[in-house]
Amino acid sequence: MTQPDALVRVENLKVHFPIRTGLVIDRHVGDIRAVDDVSFDIYRGETLGLVGESGCGKTTVGRTLVRLYEPTDGKIVFDGTDISRLSQRQLRPLRRRMQMVFQDPYSSLNPRQSVGNIIAEPVRVHGSAAGSDVEQSVKHLLDVVGLPASAVSRYPHEFSGGQRQRIGLARSLALNPDLIIADEPVSALDVSIQAQIINLLEDLQDEFHLTFLFIAHDLAVVRHISDRIAVMYLGKIVEVAPADQLYASPLHPYTIALLSAVPIPDPSVERGRERIILTGDLPSPASPPPGCRFHTRCPFRQRERCDTEVPELRVLDGHSVACHYAEKIKAGQIRPHEVHADAV
Amino acid sequence: MALLSVRDLEVRFVTRRATVRAVNGVSFDLEPGETLGIVGESGCGKSVTSLAMLGILPKPAGRVTGGEVFFQDRDLLKLPDRELRKVRGRDIAMIFQDPMTSLNPILTVGRQLTETLTTHLGMDKKVAIKEAAELLDRVGIPAARKRLFDYPHQFSGGMRQRVMIAMAISCRPKVLIADEPTTALDVTIQAQILDVLATLVREEEMALILITHDLGVVAGVCARTNVMYAGRFVETAPTHELFARPRHPYTLGLLKSVPRLDAARRERLEPIAGAPPSVTLHIQGCPFAPRCVYATQESRERNPELRQIDRHDHMVACWNPVPDSDLPEHEIVTAEWETS
Repeated sequence: MTQPDALVRVENLKVHFPIRTGLVIDRHVGDIRAVDDVSFDIYRGETLGLVGESGCGKTTVGRTLVRLYEPTDGKIVFDGTDISRLSQRQLRPLRRRMQMVFQDPYSSLNPRQSVGNIIAEPVRVHGSAAGSDVEQSVKHLLDVVGLPASAVSRYPHEFSGGQRQRIGLARSLALNPDLIIADEPVSALDVSIQAQIINLLEDLQDEFHLTFLFIAHDLAVVRHISDRIAVMYLGKIVEVAPADQLYASPLHPYTIALLSAVPIPDPSVERGRERIILTGDLPSPASPPPGCRFHTRCPFRQRERCDTEVPELRVLDGHSVACHYAEKIKAGQIRPHEVHADAV
Repeated sequence: MALLSVRDLEVRFVTRRATVRAVNGVSFDLEPGETLGIVGESGCGKSVTSLAMLGILPKPAGRVTGGEVFFQDRDLLKLPDRELRKVRGRDIAMIFQDPMTSLNPILTVGRQLTETLTTHLGMDKKVAIKEAAELLDRVGIPAARKRLFDYPHQFSGGMRQRVMIAMAISCRPKVLIADEPTTALDVTIQAQILDVLATLVREEEMALILITHDLGVVAGVCARTNVMYAGRFVETAPTHELFARPRHPYTLGLLKSVPRLDAARRERLEPIAGAPPSVTLHIQGCPFAPRCVYATQESRERNPELRQIDRHDHMVACWNPVPDSDLPEHEIVTAEWETS
């Protein structure tokens, strides 16, 4: 089997945010370890889904990839170039090849700019086209995302959430990027509109040969749109697998719990489902639990080893999984037990 | 005799610029112990319906312009405020999406819980504290007695929602209205909260009205589901019936636009074209007609009333209901972990 071509390689990425106190003397008292030693690849032309609950670090990963946040440690290799230490000036020509789409279409568009200006701005900033060309390409982009040409002179407040998300998409496409990082692009939308945007994303991917990093908390949406899925928990990736396999045979106990918690819009399926209800809440990323970070909530936790030894991501049955006991859990040799969490 | 009976409820928001027609003639009955889901998208009027029933519409813009809400032989809409306050919180309780804004940030959780108990049930303070700790314990808050002395900000989102549920059930209400109770929460926490709600409804024989946009949530929790669009119920049926044989094109459209976790292959989603109608317009004909593939001349001219279809407890407001041949079929994968 040939190795698929990676557009992005992330190696041992760490992003820590310092916690500071003191009015006069600025003391550094700790770190929020938002992303803590994460490695993964995004293959050219694929959609990699990144899922996890609030606070797991998925948004931080996305923003660090385009250097909106500075990595604390580790490498981000974009199309052969390590961009983690580049200066802003060196980064600029590469940055046009990676664009972001944000969750909230209300706050990510400047309310004082016309839609035409919003979409044309990246082109002007990067100086890649002249006046009339810009106008032409804006019209074309509007058409591509399914908005009328008359939208050019209107303002964001005149549009609904779904239409604004289309404007955001048009802006992200303006520079003809290779990679689009979409951070919860449909979470703020109603289901009927959400489906329109998901279909649009799929069409755009085919038309422009885009590579997507699709960050979301909704597993059903992520499964639908992604080729592969990476699951994050408390700053670490716990499992990576092709989308179908991840659903059919999840290996990490957290993935299993997460999947079983997603409600399925079908009462006949819902009634027969076995649900694993996790106890407690996410621990604080400022002082993550030692050993496996999931051990405090894991129904399969085995004393000593899970509490002390950090599990590495390793390959098993075509998945990458970070669990010491994945084989035994799969074989049914370890049964789930009650967890008594000291919840927050 | 139904426990709660709503007839032709109509709600308007009147401002200087426009009148918003939020609820346009909603009727339903709620039996004791029944779990009723109300689903619909933003702005369809599902929250406003429940606020209007309890007389807590935002004033002065919001007003009930028609209808009746019968609870124990009394029309809640005609009750004086003082009487209504006794019903609200004691007989009918409500929980909201965002527990942080519903809890008082400067009072301890214990204080807020005991307040309900002393006001509505006339308990003395000591008994109330003991009862409050028991309530927190029932909704699954660890170290309940100790946590009575904590403030809302010391709780996580999921735990705050548990506190809200504890407060809501403290007077053993006959009806609990939960308005998007899990929308702000992560899925694993959502599963916890839905579990708590389901257990309470069963044990207390409380009726539940669950308002949500999430079809998956009603599928798991509610025995009966009403689908709302543009301020009206467009379909109502037992939940399993509604999902198996959706007769309103809007219901079918919703089901086809959500990706399913257990779908066998990557089917293309079928979104509903267009967007919901403006809430300020008076609509002639069926409000869904402009987005509907089954629309006829009649749908554009006359607004259909709810009428019976298939069976006595399935009602649909449509001139041209979805035929059998168009009903959804799903190829489902059962994952290994679900059967073990």
